[in-house]
Order: sequence, then structure tokens, then C-alpha cells
Amino acid sequence: MAVAKEKRIILKYADAKGYSNDLPCYLEHGGYDMLKKAVKSKPEDICEEVLKSGVRGRGGAGFPTGMKWKFLDRKSGKPIYLICNADESEPGTFKDRQIIYKDPHQLIEGMMISAYAIQAKQAFIYIRAEFFEGARILDRAIAEAKAKKLCGDNVLGSGYSCDIVVHRGAGAYICGEETGLIESLEGKRPNPRIKPPYFPAVLGVYQCPTIVNNVETLCNVKHILEMGADAFAQLGIPNNTGTRIWCVSGQVQKPGYFEFECGALTLGEMIYDVCGGLNPGRSLKAVIPGGSSAKVLRADERFTGTLKDGTDFDWGVTDIPLDFDGPIAAGTMSGSGGIIVMDDSVDIVEALANVNAFYAHESCGQCTPCREGSLWMRKITTRMCSGGAREEDSDLLVSVANQIEGRTICAFGEAAAWPTQSFVAKFKDEFIAKANQPAPDDDAEGPARLRLI
Amino acid sequence: MSGNGKVDMIPIILNGEEVEVPSGINLIEAAQIHGREIPHYCYHPKLTVAGNCRMCLVEMGMPMRDRGTGEPVLDADGNQKIGWIPKPVIGCGTNVAPGMRVNTDSPLAKDSREGIMEFLLVNHPLDCPICDQAGECRLQEFAMDYGRGYSRFVERKNVKPKRTRLGPRVTLDDERCILCSRCIRFCQEVAKDDVLGFVDRGSYSTLTCFPGKELSNNYSLNTVDICPVGALTSSDFRFKMRVWFLKESPSICTESSSGANTLVESREGQIYRIIPRRNDVVNDTWMTDSGRELFKQVQSESRLTAHRSDGAEVTLDAAVARSVELLSNDKIAIVGSCNSTVEEQYLLRKLADQTKAETHLSGHFGDDDGLLLSADRTPNLRGALATGMVKKYPSDNLKPLALQLGKGDLKTLLVVNEDLFALGITKEQIKKAKIIYVGTHENETSKMADVVLPSLTVFEKSGTFINRNFRLQKFFQAVPGPAGLVPDFLVLNRIASELLGEVAESLGLESLWKEIGKLRTSCLKGIAYREIPSDGLALDPGKLADLPYVEGPALNFSPSKVKKAVKAKPKAAKV
Repeated sequence: MAVAKEKRIILKYADAKGYSNDLPCYLEHGGYDMLKKAVKSKPEDICEEVLKSGVRGRGGAGFPTGMKWKFLDRKSGKPIYLICNADESEPGTFKDRQIIYKDPHQLIEGMMISAYAIQAKQAFIYIRAEFFEGARILDRAIAEAKAKKLCGDNVLGSGYSCDIVVHRGAGAYICGEETGLIESLEGKRPNPRIKPPYFPAVLGVYQCPTIVNNVETLCNVKHILEMGADAFAQLGIPNNTGTRIWCVSGQVQKPGYFEFECGALTLGEMIYDVCGGLNPGRSLKAVIPGGSSAKVLRADERFTGTLKDGTDFDWGVTDIPLDFDGPIAAGTMSGSGGIIVMDDSVDIVEALANVNAFYAHESCGQCTPCREGSLWMRKITTRMCSGGAREEDSDLLVSVANQIEGRTICAFGEAAAWPTQSFVAKFKDEFIAKANQPAPDDDAEGPARLRLI
Repeated sequence: MSGNGKVDMIPIILNGEEVEVPSGINLIEAAQIHGREIPHYCYHPKLTVAGNCRMCLVEMGMPMRDRGTGEPVLDADGNQKIGWIPKPVIGCGTNVAPGMRVNTDSPLAKDSREGIMEFLLVNHPLDCPICDQAGECRLQEFAMDYGRGYSRFVERKNVKPKRTRLGPRVTLDDERCILCSRCIRFCQEVAKDDVLGFVDRGSYSTLTCFPGKELSNNYSLNTVDICPVGALTSSDFRFKMRVWFLKESPSICTESSSGANTLVESREGQIYRIIPRRNDVVNDTWMTDSGRELFKQVQSESRLTAHRSDGAEVTLDAAVARSVELLSNDKIAIVGSCNSTVEEQYLLRKLADQTKAETHLSGHFGDDDGLLLSADRTPNLRGALATGMVKKYPSDNLKPLALQLGKGDLKTLLVVNEDLFALGITKEQIKKAKIIYVGTHENETSKMADVVLPSLTVFEKSGTFINRNFRLQKFFQAVPGPAGLVPDFLVLNRIASELLGEVAESLGLESLWKEIGKLRTSCLKGIAYREIPSDGLALDPGKLADLPYVEGPALNFSPSKVKKAVKAKPKAAKV
């Protein structure tokens, strides 16, 4: 069976020859037509379309976007805010970057339609600090759009006004967590808020109802309007509608980003067909399917069970369909779509040491389990890689991770705990073997020798 | 709360037992009412909920209801099905709801707590043997309850600054800090002086002052009190005394009319520190830094410790005899004090009635800080009014006395704890009068006095004060006074009795209050000393409510409320 072809909707023009990220080019390709259509329709009708399309959030959690919009507190009379989460910082993810850098007006159009649909008074793009060029591109694009009345006051003469402000982060992973993002946007330390009571849809930025959506999600809104909800829902498979941009990195021959209909291909097809397979002579060892916080999959694992629609499945790792529910059925998640491939040259303990170093570095430090647990796990795995491994470390690691999971203010706790839990559970033999490995030659340098990416 | 101001009681199932709790409270408070402790660090009843320590994790569930019909969902046996939340919830951030199931000691709750305890200790230094907090440290206490007893942590602990000066009175040990943010929230929410924050991330987070700022507000030491560990320490108390040796005596801050409730902590007759005592209608859990310094006056060099008569040190008996002699003529004036206790003021009034002396009083005023330092810088001005020692609201000087002196017809002045020369009297004016001085410290007046009766500070005696809310509050002796001194009310009682040619009855506060309670027109009528609760007694000021008090609105105090409360009273209820 031939592998499905890429279905580029969002990235349709991004890499097309001669396509530039300025307004004239975007307008030439039919840009802002959907905004024109939107401002002539009723906001609630657009919300209904989005709900009907079944589009799920592309940021990581996969929550239905239409449902999220429904939770907005409209009774309070407070202004509503829309925030685009462009703090793409999940290791292994680089999809939003393509949109921002290559097709910023698509995002702005998607945002303006969404803002109109939820009747937002003000919109923000919270962009990660490292995308300094991206912020410049967006600023320029917004200025262009404003000049043409596509954004800002009295959009297209409709009487609806909404400005978009680009706000740059300061280099913290936690700002991708929506309440942390909101705190940061308000000018504070991005300590995620406790929920309840601070659900953004009720008490978001400046304690007003707020919607936070991912870049790719907001772009999808434009296409839902263009195709109609029913046609959009036809893309992909039920409950996993539309396309998804997958970012493949790691030890494959042709890494990159690929837009496919949800469920159109399997993880194996992605690795071996789309990405040209592993390097010669190498075999697959492990895959992280949805950004570094998703649970790792071991190459020889098998997954059996029954899907929501009642069909039984018996998958190897390469059989897992790339959509929302497939990876969940395999006990992990598609997360932000960052597929990290590891071949047999990878030292799995070192890989976990890398992941743990990331989470220990990025923990905001607000709540105890994540703050202390993430650093403790990092200290353990770093020691293990520096010749100080003990056999009991694997159990200790899992125990520490278990003490984090489910007990933190935000989902960072899970993000930090899942890698350790899954790495140790699936590669326990390697963690134990580490204890019996001779110490590296030059022990004097200790942890400094460890190669952390 | 329902409309009539009454608190609704709702049923919850706490550890399998159905109990009633007031609506609107959180799980920590609800459990506390029923004798279950939910351990916590970051939660403080007087601060906003941060929910960051995660120590108060408990298991919670709600009765399941059908989403469509709202009918309760029952299990096969016809019992209410409970929708248990799969993750533990924080007790501080979860409010009670009818029918809520809360398990504070289920395996999940216990496991969560033990996990948090271990995390809090992994980077915490083993400083207990030299830590000031030892003995009153929540970390120590809960480590005993939920700690592992041994450490699984074999890595190196984080290293952070050990003695950072945050301000003139507070020193920070960052390694001990568990990042609960109580101090930050206190500065933002109560002291309204936002100077503290965290820098760096994760476990390397460090408490610090914002650049160019320091923790120097007059409430900074409250951060030391609410610090659940030994991170914030009082620079003054640091390394002075192990807290388990300290004896706690309930007292009242005499700095101003706010009457903050305090604990005076002493060992072997020496005071080491003063900390606030919780009183939700007076000072919550706070007090001023300046109020904590007041105990230093006890050991001051200018302290009066010996009775003097005509410049010579004499016995108490001789000093009293000489005082009685001087007060036996008919041209007497008394200068009372707003620093005296209700009992002393009552006895001064009695003395004034006997001798037909005119009583003068001066207030001491400053600026309101809107919290606990009120514009009236004395603890008991209202006592002087309630006892009838003076009838009028005092001004800040003694001009009426100056006028009286100017007429040249005053022979004896009984001065209590005031320096006449600081209050507008000249030395020329009192040349002809004899002075009996009753006070704790030497001043210009005491130096000129013919008789000096040294008296006890608030820490060395017991008594009552009436604060700005017209709340009658008790305080108790914390340390013994200088050798040979007896409580002021006994001295005054002796003088009063001997003036009548009688031998003074032995007197205690109880029996003295039997007399005070007979004051007919006073708001103190009918009060028995032993019935004054430890958190004070709200008095009905009656007509006294209308005097021109200087205090502005402040923490737990609103001048207009005091007036309104009086006016709202039906006439029949007035006695």
C-alpha cells in the first residue's frame, strides 16, 4: 500500500516557490477572504462551525477548540481576550515556527476570525523569546494588516475592532502553559495559576475571560471557514479531524516537518517512508511521539486493546496511527507533534539525562514536587552518566517521578515525570546495566564530561 | 453566608464521618474545626491562597449527579455514587460543598504528603542544631509526622546564600527557604510594601529584595513570624535563645491604641522577644516592628528602681508616708496617664475624688499607618475616659494645668508617667509646687520630684487596657520587676487608704474590679475581671463614642462603625 501523500492546508504555500511573507503575496493567494466573509456573518455561527468541525487544539493537550470557546464566561460583562500561544518550546517541535516565519498573515487572519467569533476586545500573540525574527515578522505583518483595515479599528468597515499585540517572552518553557503565559503577559513571573479558580475562560489575563489557542489551531479556524465545518470534519478520521503538522527529528535520514491528514499514516510510515528511514546499519530503538514530555515508545513494544469505536487493535510501534487517539491508545500522546526518533546508537540513560536536564532547568520553582523532583531526577541521571550509577537508581527514579505526577499546580509535573517513568519502565535493563559499567576514564571531570544537547 | 449575616452550616463527610461545617471555608479550616490537622506550609489564614507547597493534598470526591436530570447517581446497592477526583486536591484552595467527601488520611493523601515532605527536605540543610526556628519549625514537626526517617537523597544539596540582609531587622538564610511565598504575599497584601520576590528558577529559586529596595517597613518582622521554616530570622533575636526555653505570657502592645495582642517570651526574668498573638478582631496575626522593641525599656539605664524622698533613697513605706503627707493639703492636681492601666486610672480617679484634686491628662499623638500603629500612641486613652478619671478628650499638652499653676495656688502635683516639661509646663511654673512622681523611667520631672515612686512596666504587671475598638483586653505579668517594687495599683490604693487614715486592704485585680464594676455611669459597669476573655471584651462606649478620637480607619477598625453600633442600639437595651 502506497503511503499517503502530504495534505498541505496550513503549509500550503509556506514553502512554495516565490511565496513571501508579506501582505501583497498573501492577498494574491486569496488571503483575508475568509476574514471578509467572517465579519459579515454572526460570531456565534463561526463558533458553531468551529465546534462542528471537531478541530482539536494543536498545542499538546488536544482539547476540542469549539468546546474551549464555549466555556467563555460571557455573563461577567468583562472584556474578552484572545491569546495566541506562540511559545513553541516543547523539545522536538518546530511547526508553529514555519507558520510564523513563512506565512504570518495566515495566523493573523485566523486570529482575527477567531477574535471576531468570540468577540474579543484585544488579542495578543505571546511569542517565545528565541523567535526574535518571528516577532519582527509578525509586527511587520500586523502593521501591514492594520494599514489595510484587516486588523485594529473597525475591521473591514464592520464596526468590529480588535488589535493584535505581539508580546515576546523571556525564554522560559513554562510560558507555554497557558496560565503561566497569562502571568508573564501581565508582566509577572510566569508561575502557573491554581485551577480552580483561575480557569482562563473565566479568570484569565487581567482576571478577564480569555481564550488561549495554539498557532496551528488558530490557522485551522481560517480553513474551517473556507471549507465549511462538514468538509473539514471529513479530513482525517472521526474525532481526529483536519491535518496535523508533524515535526520529525532525531536519527532519521530526512528529518523535517510534514503536514498530513490525521490518521493518514502510521508512525512507521513516517519514519521509514516519509523521512527516509534510519541511518544505514542502524535499527530503531525508541521513539518519543509528541515532544519530550510524551512517554517514550520502545521499538519492540506491542500494544493491544480496543479503540473508542469498538475495533480491536494489535500494534507494534510502527503501526501506531499518527492522529490524536492512536498514540493515546498506545499509552503515550501525540502532544505537540514532535516525533523524536532514536536508533540503537543511543544510550538511553543519557537520553533521559538530557530530558531531565531540560525539565530541571525549566521548572518554574513554584510548587514543591516539580521544583524539587525535577532537579533530583536530573541529579540522579547525571550521576548515572558520570560513572556513579547504582542498581537501585532505576527504582528511585520512578519513585521520585511518581511523587511528582498528579500533585503539581500545572501539567509540567506530568511533563517532567512521564519521560522518567516511561524510560525506566521500558528500558530498565539498561538502567541497571549502567550500574555495572566501568566509570568513564577521566572521572575527575565528573558531570562536566556528560554530553548534554 | 446567608442574607441575615448568619453562617450556613453544610454537611460534609470527613474521613467517613458526617460533620457540619460553615459554608465558604476551605478544607484545612473545615478539618481543623473537627480536630483533624491537614499539614500545610504556604497557606496562611490571613493571606491569599497560593497553593504552592502542596503539603495539604487530600483526597476529595463529590456525590455524582446525572448531568441531564440532576438526580443522584446510585450504585448497584442503591447507595450514592461518589465521583472521586483521581488526583489529590489542595486543602487550602478547595472550599467545602454540601455532601463533599474528604479523606485526610487515605493512602493517597498520606502518600502525597510523604512525597512532598521528602521533596522539601532533599535540598534543605540539616541546620536544626543551630537554627533559630528549631522547636517551632513546621518542617521539623511534619518531618516527625510524615518524614521517612532516612534520606534517599545521595546527591549534593543546592548551595545558596546563608546570611542575606533583607532589611535592618530581617536576615535571610536562602538554603532553608522552602519558597512558600508567605513573606512575599504578606508584603504585597498586608504591609502594602511590595519589595520581596523570587529570582532564578526551579530549585535554584531564591528569595530576594527587588533591586534597590529593602525590607524595612514597620511590619517586616511579621515575615519572620509567618516563615514556616528558619529562612527568615529576626536579626535581633537570631542566635540569642532556643525557643523551647521561652515562657510565653499573653500581653498587649502598648505602642498605640490599636492594642495588638502579643506574647511576651522570656526566660529567667529576661525578655527575649515579643511576637503577635492572633486576634481576628484586633490585630489578626500581626504586630509592628517598633512594638516588638518595647521590651528593651525594661533594662534601660534610666529605669527608676528605688523609692526617693527629697532626693534620698528611702523605703516604700517612707515614700508612701511622704506622699500622703504632701497630698493631705487641699491644693492638689493630678496628672494622669493614658499609659496607665484601667485599674490605675480608676484608683487615680478615686484619689482625685478624695482629695478634690483636678485631674489633667495629655494625649500623645502621631500619624495613623492604617494598620496597627494608630494616631493615638498610647494604649489606654479610652480607659481614662471609661473610668471617669477625666471627662474630656485630652489634647496633646497640659495647658489647663499651666493656667492653674499660673494662678500660683497649687501646692502638690501627683504626676504619673509624664514629663511635664515636654508638655508645655516650665520649671518656673512649678517652683512653688511639690511633685510626687510615679513612673518607670527617669525624666526631667522625676529629677525635680520630691517623692519618686518607681513603677512597673507593662511587662512586669498585670492589668487591662481599652483599645481603639473599645475592647477591654487583659495582659499578664511576664517577668518580675526590679526588686522591692510593687504593682502601681497597690501603691495608689495604699495612698488612697492612708489618706483616709485607714490601713489599706490587701487587694488583687479581682477584688479591685468588684469596685470598678460598681461604677454607675461607666461602660465598665458590671464587669468582673475573671470574665474578661483572653481575646478581650467588646465594651459599649455609649456616650463616649461621640468624642473626637484621632484614629482613622485601619485594620479591623472603623471609627464610624463604633459610633453606628452605639446608635443602632435600641434605647431599652441601654442600662
